[in-house]
Amino acid sequence: MTKPFMFEKPLGMRDTLPVLYETKVKARNEMSDEIKKWGYQFIETPALEYYETIGEASAILDQQLFKLLDSEGHTLVLRPDMTAPIARVAASKLLKQQIPLRLAYSANVYRAQQREGGRPAEFEQIGIESIGNKSISADAEMIALLADVLKAAGLWQFKISIGHIGFLQEFFLSILGTEERASVLRKFLYEKNYVGFREHVKSLPLSSIDKQRLIEFTSLRGSAGTLEKALALVENNKGQDSLSELKELSVQLQEFGIDQYVSFDLTLVSHMSYYTGTLFEVYAERVGSPIGNGGRYDNLLEKFGWDASATGFAIHVDRLAEALGEPMQPNAPECILFSPERRLEAIEHARIKRSEGRRVTIQDISVVQNVDAFTRTFSEVHLFVGNGGNGKDE
Amino acid sequence: MNDSFLTIAMPKGRIFEEAAELLRTAGFRLPPEFDDSRKLILEVEEENLRFILAKPMDVVTYVEHGVADIGIAGKDVMMEEDRDVYELLDLKISACYLAVAGLPGTKMSDIAPKIASKYPNVASNYFREQGEQVEIIKLNGSIELAPLIGLAERIVDIVSTGRTLKENGLVEYAKIADVTSRLVANPVSYRIKEARITEIVDRLAEIIE
Repeated sequence: MTKPFMFEKPLGMRDTLPVLYETKVKARNEMSDEIKKWGYQFIETPALEYYETIGEASAILDQQLFKLLDSEGHTLVLRPDMTAPIARVAASKLLKQQIPLRLAYSANVYRAQQREGGRPAEFEQIGIESIGNKSISADAEMIALLADVLKAAGLWQFKISIGHIGFLQEFFLSILGTEERASVLRKFLYEKNYVGFREHVKSLPLSSIDKQRLIEFTSLRGSAGTLEKALALVENNKGQDSLSELKELSVQLQEFGIDQYVSFDLTLVSHMSYYTGTLFEVYAERVGSPIGNGGRYDNLLEKFGWDASATGFAIHVDRLAEALGEPMQPNAPECILFSPERRLEAIEHARIKRSEGRRVTIQDISVVQNVDAFTRTFSEVHLFVGNGGNGKDE
Repeated sequence: MNDSFLTIAMPKGRIFEEAAELLRTAGFRLPPEFDDSRKLILEVEEENLRFILAKPMDVVTYVEHGVADIGIAGKDVMMEEDRDVYELLDLKISACYLAVAGLPGTKMSDIAPKIASKYPNVASNYFREQGEQVEIIKLNGSIELAPLIGLAERIVDIVSTGRTLKENGLVEYAKIADVTSRLVANPVSYRIKEARITEIVDRLAEIIE
């Protein structure tokens, strides 16, 4: 490999420059405030975790993990998501104090990218986890809070698609019989390959009625009426259970007053393989990928020795910033240019302005080569130059 | 939300004419200058459509990034690029297939045989599935040349009539996959502009089959 140039960064790593930084800070603060209003407590976990625990519990593909060795030879990973670390903390400590537990986080996660272009390898997520809360009202709270958090950040146009991995699984198993066959179809959905799905269904040794049911399944998207259509497709009781869960969820979302943001998509399959029940993704215009996702994961805590159900969501802060569009230009600070003999005056003047809540830069004029270029970005420029006692404002 | 305005990425070249004809058959009023225009962006106001004309290999890239809502792309490109887009419909146009070809009566050497292709990922995946270790050489065109002058022992390329292979004295050794053009959609557009995209899918589905 050739030696990298000074300005180069590893694949997928990004710098955050002032304008984007401000947009993200503002969005993050507004979202955390909203999350706190719902009684969630923020926690932090380390960036490095053991591969054997977090690496394997997380649903991120092995080749996407950044791995390194510690001095004793243990394999470590940079955390690829926050759900698994939070499950670890909850199971080892916090669940002994309170159940259900409501936790929140705002942190960077790391996923190695195979390909250049548009996909960051380090990105910020803000999210919540509600642990030990096995009820439809917990699922509804997730989606309602997600909607409120996005609105708090200033995003008013978005769409949340809700699916149910349990329903999908039961439905496939009841027709196909084996997990092996079901997983083939699930993979087509995961790859978003409807053409392949339909062709594979046609090639299966099934009755034409069952084939038709599988093909109709792919159109189970839309308003709450979709659930009725789905009900007509299922035969066994388990699929019905999942559907009545979704129906109840739909009623509760109406009670929260957010049903206009929500639609159902029973074909939704997530890359997060630990989901067990309802799952959802949220989309906004101008952004080519979901800005957030979440769902119920009832088996993850077990991996850390505690049998508890859980549900949560994560928002991709960079994508949200993209969806928010042109950032508001923050007011530029003022500038005081001083010559050395009037430094004391400049310091005093700046102190007064800052105490009034204004932002003030002080700069020794003798090192500024091009005054016009330097002062261009400031809202006001004050000169404390020369011998006179009068500060000349420009 | 502007739910109705839709951007479609169309492949220039071989697939373009068939794709345009298909859209016209489905009742879309495309402008007459469409076929021989050199413009890269064409708007059809009365249909609320904007077409962008892209290299076939790039269509899925535009769609994945969301600058085009939907697009028409060959399955060969989708296999090669492996982009995160919805594959909604097999348009059944521009049918051909991906195949392995080489000089007649030759065997691949046991140690790292060389394979030339415009589709390095497809070639690499295919030979890995066959349990063979190969070296892939990426070329951008005239792939048939490679075995003739000894650059590679086999090539992986698109075959439609088989004439090009024949004229260059090559034979087909294996078929990798059938290829037709597909209607693809950006995952977010597919949710946000669902009604519009579903309508296009339905109109096209009706005239295919």
